[in-house]
Amino acid sequence: MSDSNDKILEIRDLDITFKTTAGPVHAIRGINVDLKRGETVAIVGESGSGKSVTMRAAMGILAKNAVVNRGSIIFRYHHQDGSEAEVDILSKDKKWIRSHINGKRMAMVFQDPMTSLDPTMQIGRQIMEDMIWHYKTPKEEARKRAIELLTEVGIEEPEKRMKEYPHQLSGGMRQRVVIAIALACNPDLLICDEPTTALDVTIQAKIIELIRRIQKERGISVIYITHDLGVVAKVADYVNVMYAGRIVEKGTINEIYYDPRHPYTWGLLSAMPDLDTNDERLYTIPGSPPNLLHEKAGDAFAPRNKFALEIDDKADPPMFQISTTHFAATWLLDPRAPKVEMPAELRAKILRMKHEAGLDDTPAPEERATGIATDADVREEGSAAGAVTAADGKASGNTSGEVSEGVKADSAAETKAADSAKSGEGGSADTGNSGAAGAAENEEGESHA
Amino acid sequence: MHKIDYSSAPLLTVEGLKQYFRISRTFTVKAVDDVSFKIWPGETYGLVGESGSGKSTIGRSVIRLYDPTAGKIVFNGMDISGKMSHSTEGNLRVQMQMIFQDPMASLNPRKTIGDIIGEGLDIHHTYKTRAEREEAIKNILLKVGLSPEHATRYPHQFSGGQRQRVGIARALIMNPKLIIADECISALDVSIQAQVINLMKDIQDETGTAYLFIAHDLSMVKYISDRIGVLHLGHLLETGTTEEIFSHPVHPYTKSLLSAIPEPNPIVEKKRVAESYDYKTSGIHYEDGTSHLVEGTHYVKCTDEEFKKWV
Repeated sequence: MSDSNDKILEIRDLDITFKTTAGPVHAIRGINVDLKRGETVAIVGESGSGKSVTMRAAMGILAKNAVVNRGSIIFRYHHQDGSEAEVDILSKDKKWIRSHINGKRMAMVFQDPMTSLDPTMQIGRQIMEDMIWHYKTPKEEARKRAIELLTEVGIEEPEKRMKEYPHQLSGGMRQRVVIAIALACNPDLLICDEPTTALDVTIQAKIIELIRRIQKERGISVIYITHDLGVVAKVADYVNVMYAGRIVEKGTINEIYYDPRHPYTWGLLSAMPDLDTNDERLYTIPGSPPNLLHEKAGDAFAPRNKFALEIDDKADPPMFQISTTHFAATWLLDPRAPKVEMPAELRAKILRMKHEAGLDDTPAPEERATGIATDADVREEGSAAGAVTAADGKASGNTSGEVSEGVKADSAAETKAADSAKSGEGGSADTGNSGAAGAAENEEGESHA
Repeated sequence: MHKIDYSSAPLLTVEGLKQYFRISRTFTVKAVDDVSFKIWPGETYGLVGESGSGKSTIGRSVIRLYDPTAGKIVFNGMDISGKMSHSTEGNLRVQMQMIFQDPMASLNPRKTIGDIIGEGLDIHHTYKTRAEREEAIKNILLKVGLSPEHATRYPHQFSGGQRQRVGIARALIMNPKLIIADECISALDVSIQAQVINLMKDIQDETGTAYLFIAHDLSMVKYISDRIGVLHLGHLLETGTTEEIFSHPVHPYTKSLLSAIPEPNPIVEKKRVAESYDYKTSGIHYEDGTSHLVEGTHYVKCTDEEFKKWV
């Protein structure tokens, strides 16, 4: 599986702007996504974070006012005879993509099954349409395949259902039909854009089970776009957390849930009440998602981030590597940044989660308030590379005074850092410089590792 | 957290509420069928169920947007089922308020926020001078975390979370005893949902208003509610305190509903299989069931044999 050609989708440095009457909206700001054959990657984020736009770009169905500034989307698929092919979606025109990729190699399941089905067409014909259009399958054969597909997605009496119209089916049934349509041409990649958001929890559980089962049986790759962290926990192998058009943290599912590093991921995990939450108040991320019409310098999340450093207002943080698979874009991971811990409530929650998962030998979750001692355990549990970064951060934080000038006083962690911020007479211009220098150094550091 | 006095008289008593919609001569939709529950002052009662289970219909029947087919609704000592006297209706319209799901659709786009919030005051003539009205609007805006300057703006100038705050302000300005929140957070982003829920809790602590919280997101319902009712196909299958429902669910439907919530814990979640429940094949007939006491305030609707089997 480690072979690089095993990657079915490789999005590199994608950057998209929308031209609107109110001005350009910089919706996607340089993102990288990788997906290996047979695996599931989830893209998580609030509305407007750019998760859907990314996938629309991958399918070549961007709106007309979208401008791709740079980047590439490499998609590898199999021809019918089994030979492999590789294309850059962005270099092809819409017509080519329509006849070679959409629906055939890459299929999409949308959020609302009522609007993605044609209300005037029998569902049988809607399933057959794809096969007839792409492969010129004879009608009788397509009909047989459609019935098979309906059985596969768990619809009873498929012959009878073939003749029904979408309004005659319930929401869950409709979404099953949409999945059947998506599977009709045996795609290599299935993109699910909030497939269960419009459905009830009980139906949601069934649809997710269905997608998982089909993925296992057919060995296809799946991209999940969602904001529901519970669903992500169920389906994903890898997670990308998006905020304001950037991926702020990516890693394996366990790294994101048990060892999150970005304050935004902390916020997302904390804000979701699990069934054991007994706290008086829910943790909230203050403020609201940014308006991308007014681009601001530095980290887009900084205004909502109580752990923000001064440098966050000057320069966008690069991706810091935590382990071979785990990356996060926050200055907090810079070796010179003050050591900031995740909020105590979240740490307790993660400990509780790990305990339930049988991951740890830490004491029972009752010891939630005791803080520091247990935190050390969390660190140890994290990947070896993570531990090294943390240790590094501590060491250099002690020695180099000049960098800590970037600390805002409200970052709860280090009084030491705050002191040196007062003593250091560096103006804001200085910080900007050191920020840029810092970024350069970091890249070096990464390549060493 | 505030204490609820369960020995006092309930604020809202719903008994045997039926809400039927006649579609044609031969077909009637029984949206709500024989539902009874009580809400005490300062309490939050959560109604959960899948779409089409009748939870929104109950909310709308209680606030009398519909005329109930049968049953008795007593609110604050007044019988508000059937035809109401002028003064009863006036009282009801002041003391019971509603927050809707989609804040954009429920705010008039051509009115300023100040006028939207002040509309209740205008209708019920609760102020003497213009200044008094402005003062009330200003205070309520501050209370829901907006600023007084927002009063002159229009709904489209706000974000989703802010609009829902306006919806809450509009309900609050009449100092209601009961607020019906119909899926009031499901249209909002995850990080904003928590903000609105915290605001609603703060307001409850401060003013002692009761909530009828209608939602399908069980984890949020669990968080905000003191007691919960589980609805399916118009029947209230199980009701009890949040603790009772979540730690000892009795009805198979409640069990399936609880097990369907995905947990944000990947290792546990990947292994877990949700319990499935299908009304048609379960052999349970909701019409035959009667209310059985499990313990404390925990009731389940079932037949005697089913009760023996489940408990």
